[in-house]
Amino acid sequence: MELIFEMSRPGRTAGSIAASDVPEVALDKIIDPALLRSEVDLPELSEVDIVRHYTRLSRRNFGVDMGFYPLGSCTMKYNPKVNENVASLDGFTSLHPYAPETFAQGNLQLLHELAASLSEICGMADFTLQPAAGAHGELTGVMVIKKHFEKKGQKRSTILIPDAAHGTNPASVALCGFQVATVRSNAEGGVDLGHLRELMSEDVAGLMLTNPNTLGLFERNIEEVAAIVHGKGGLLYCDGANANALVGVTRPGDLGFDIIQLNLHKTFSTPHGCGGPGSGPVGVKAHLVPFLPVPRVLKEGDRYRWSEEFPDSIGRIRSFYGNFNVMVKAYTYIRSIGAVGLKRVSENALLNANYIKERLRPWYQLAYDRACMHECVFTGERQVQESGVHTTDIAKRLLDYGFHPPTIYFPMIVREAIMIEPTETESKETLDEFCEAMISIAKEAKENPGLVKSAPLTTPVKRLDDVLAARKPDVCWTLC
Amino acid sequence: MDYVPHTPEEQIEMMKAIGIESLEALFADIPEKYRLKKLLELPPPLSEQEIWGHMSNLAARNRLPKATLMGAGAYHHYIPAVVGHMIDRSEFYTAYTPYQAEISQGILQAIYEYQTMITRLTGTKVANASMYDGATAMAEAAVLAAKTLGRSRLLLARSIHPEYRRVVKTYAWANGYDCTEIPYGASGQVDAEALRGLLDKTTAAVCVQSPNFFGVIEDVKPLADLVHGQQSLLVAGFTDATSLGILKPAGDAGADFIVGEGQGFGNPMNYGGPYLGILASTDAFMRKIPGRLVGATVDREGTRGYVLTLQTREQHIRREKATSNICSNEALCMLAAAVYLASLGKNLKKLAALNVWKANYLKNRLTALPGWKPLFSGPVYNEFALACPDARAANARLEAAGYTGGYALSKDYPELGGGILLCATEMLRREDMDCVADLLK
Repeated sequence: MELIFEMSRPGRTAGSIAASDVPEVALDKIIDPALLRSEVDLPELSEVDIVRHYTRLSRRNFGVDMGFYPLGSCTMKYNPKVNENVASLDGFTSLHPYAPETFAQGNLQLLHELAASLSEICGMADFTLQPAAGAHGELTGVMVIKKHFEKKGQKRSTILIPDAAHGTNPASVALCGFQVATVRSNAEGGVDLGHLRELMSEDVAGLMLTNPNTLGLFERNIEEVAAIVHGKGGLLYCDGANANALVGVTRPGDLGFDIIQLNLHKTFSTPHGCGGPGSGPVGVKAHLVPFLPVPRVLKEGDRYRWSEEFPDSIGRIRSFYGNFNVMVKAYTYIRSIGAVGLKRVSENALLNANYIKERLRPWYQLAYDRACMHECVFTGERQVQESGVHTTDIAKRLLDYGFHPPTIYFPMIVREAIMIEPTETESKETLDEFCEAMISIAKEAKENPGLVKSAPLTTPVKRLDDVLAARKPDVCWTLC
Repeated sequence: MDYVPHTPEEQIEMMKAIGIESLEALFADIPEKYRLKKLLELPPPLSEQEIWGHMSNLAARNRLPKATLMGAGAYHHYIPAVVGHMIDRSEFYTAYTPYQAEISQGILQAIYEYQTMITRLTGTKVANASMYDGATAMAEAAVLAAKTLGRSRLLLARSIHPEYRRVVKTYAWANGYDCTEIPYGASGQVDAEALRGLLDKTTAAVCVQSPNFFGVIEDVKPLADLVHGQQSLLVAGFTDATSLGILKPAGDAGADFIVGEGQGFGNPMNYGGPYLGILASTDAFMRKIPGRLVGATVDREGTRGYVLTLQTREQHIRREKATSNICSNEALCMLAAAVYLASLGKNLKKLAALNVWKANYLKNRLTALPGWKPLFSGPVYNEFALACPDARAANARLEAAGYTGGYALSKDYPELGGGILLCATEMLRREDMDCVADLLK
C-alpha cells in the first residue's frame, strides 16, 4: 500500500485554517529569524485522500470487534459501546486539567468514586489513578516500596520476581534502582517455596507476584508466600494484570498483598487502542497510603478538591492526573455491571478458559496439567517433535482461519508456549469455532506440515522478515 | 447488565465438558477462607439507559468554560472532524499492540508514517511510537542519558514545566541521581552562564524546554554546544507541539533527545489525559531509546510491510536489562496526531503563526492595563508570563465570568510574586480577548 507521503501532491490541502481576527504581524518581527524554520515537511493531501488512506489501513488491522482475540495475559474482552459514547461527552473531554475545581466537580466525583470502587474490589485502603499504563503502575508500586523502606531508614537492594513473570516486572524494578533476583517455579507451576525462603532476607524489599500467574494458575501457597515475605519485613506486590480471574470472588488485599496495580484496559473493559492508552491505578494497604503519588482527590462534604498535602508522597509520576478519559470508561463499566456482574466476569472467564483447555487437551500438550484460572497454557512441543511445526506456524495458520492468535513464546519458562485467554465475553459458539480451528491445524501439522509452515496465505502481506528489519533499520521514510 | 453471552443451559453444558458441577468448583485452587462470602459493596448495577442518565448528570456537574486562557502543558486547539472519524474505527481502537504483523499492517504503517512525520518536525533520525506524556518522555530520556554515560547528575532548567521537573525528580530519586536546577535570566531563557558554571564531567543530561513553561522560545544551539563541551547530552523539550510548525527543530540545533507533549496534535484536553509523549533522537540512540519502534521490511514475496523492530531494547525480551519498562503506550493518541498532521500538512505553519498573533494581541491588550507588564523579554509562542497586581484575584474574576483563567505562578515560582501565565491559541476569539481585558481592568 502507498505511504501517505507517496500520495502527497504539491499544493493540495485538506480543510483550512481560520482567518485571523487579530493583526497579522510578520513572524520575524516578533521572533528572531534564526529561531524560525523555513518549511514544514508534511504530506499535502485532500480530506478524501486522508479518509481513504486511514480507512484502507483500518481494513488491514484486526480488532476485537472483528473477531476472537484470545491473546493471553492481555484480556481482550469486548469493549462496550456505551462506554465510548459516555466518554465522549463534552463535559468529560473538554475541560483543561487546570480548570478551576468549581468547574470540574463531576470529574473529581468520578475519580473519587472510581478509587473507592477499586479499593473495595481489591481489598485495599486507597488507590492512585495517576499511572498511565500497567507497567507505569508497577513502577509506581515499586517506588512506594522504596519510599516505605526509606522512611524506616532501611536500605534494601533487591526485589524478588518469579521466573514466570511478565518482562515489565523486572524492567520496572530495574528502572527504580533495585536489583532483581529470580525465584524458580515448582513442578506445579507455583512459586518454589524453598527457593523463596532461601532468597528472602532483610536485604530484600519484596516479592512481585502475578496471581493467578502467567501460566494461568492460582498460587495455592499464597498464605505461606505472604508469611515468608512478611516474615523478613518485605512487602508483597501483586501484578494485577490477571485480575480478571479474581474480581468479585477473592480480594488481593485479603490474600496478603500490600500493593496492587490494575490494568483498566484489561479487567475493566477499556479498549487497547492498538497498544494504548491504558491506565494502571495502584492500590495499597493503609500503612502505604501516605506514599502514593500526588495530587489526590479529597472529598469534603459534597465538594471535591485536589490535594498535594502528603509530605511523604513519592511525588509525581505523570503530568496532571493520568489517563482520565480511560477512567471514565472503566467507571461506566463498573457502574453498569455492579458487584453481581463482576462476579460473573471471573466465573465465566474461568469457565471459558477451562472449556478450551478440555477441548484442546487431546490435541495439544498442556504445560501444567491442572485446573486453570482465566487462561490456559499449552506447549507446541508435540507438534515440533512430530512434524517440525512450531508454535509460530500454528499462530500464523490461525490467521487464515480468521482468528487472532493466542500469546506465543510466553511465559518463557514454557517451551513453544501457546497462552490462550478467551475472556468472559465470548460465546460457546465462538469458543467451539476456535477449538475446531486449533484441532484442524493440529491435523494439518501431521498431514501437511508444509501448509502450516507457509501460513498465512490469506493476509495482505505474507510472513515478514523481522531479521532484515532489525539488521538494517528503516524507521522513517526517505525519498530514494 | 453485563456482557457475558452464556445462557444457564450453555453454562451447564460447558461445566459438563469440564467435569464440574458448579461454577464455584472453578475456584477450587483459592483457599476457601479467602473466597468472598458476600457480594462486593458497590452501587447497584445500571441498565444502559440508566448509566447514560447517570453519566450525563456527572458530566453536567462539570461546567464548561466560555473560553480558556490556560495552557501550561495542555492546549485547546481545533480538531478537524476527520481525526475523530478515523480513530473511532474499531479496527483501530479495539486492537492490541501489533504483535501479529500480518494482521496489523494498518497500525504498523500508521506508526511508521507518524515516526517519519515526527523526525521531520524535530530534525531527528528516529522517533518512537509514543510515551505516556511529555513529562515521562523527558524523565525516561534523562534516565537513559544517565545510564548510557554512567553519570548521575541531571541539570533541569527551572523554566521547564513544574510538573515535568517533579516527574523527572521522582524518576531520578528512584535511581539515585542528583537533580540541580538551572536558573533563567531576564529574557525568561536558560541562563547560559549559570549553565556553564553548573556543567561538569559528572553531568549526564541537561534538560530544557522550548517554548518553555513561560512560553519563551529558547536558543537551543548555543546550549547544545555548551552541553556537548562536557560530553553531556541535551534533552530538549517543548510545551505545545503545534509550535513545531514555525520553530527551528531542536534536532537541527544539536539536541540529542527531543521530547514533548503531543496532545496539541489532534487530542482533546480530556482533563489531563490520555495524551502522548513524543520522543525522538539521533541515529546514535536508535538501539537504545525506550518504547515501540516500527521498521519497514519485506515479506516472503518481496512486498513492503512493517513490523515492530529492534525489540531487544524492550522489556519482554531483555527483562531487567531493558532500556525501559514501557509496554503499553498511547497508540490511539498517536494515531490521532498522525491524522491531524496529515490533515494540516503545510498548514501547520499557518496555524502556528495564528497562535503567535493571538498571543501577541492578548499580550498587547493586557499590558496596556495599569500594573500589567511582561515578566520576560524573550520571544514567545502562544503563551506569555505577566506581572499583574493580583493573579488570584484576576483568576477569580475570570472564573466568575465563566472563563478558565491563567496559571498563577507564585506556587511554583515564589520569586515571580503575583505573576500569571496566559495562553491564546487559535480557539480564543478576539471578542473573548477584548472581554477578558475589560474584565481585568
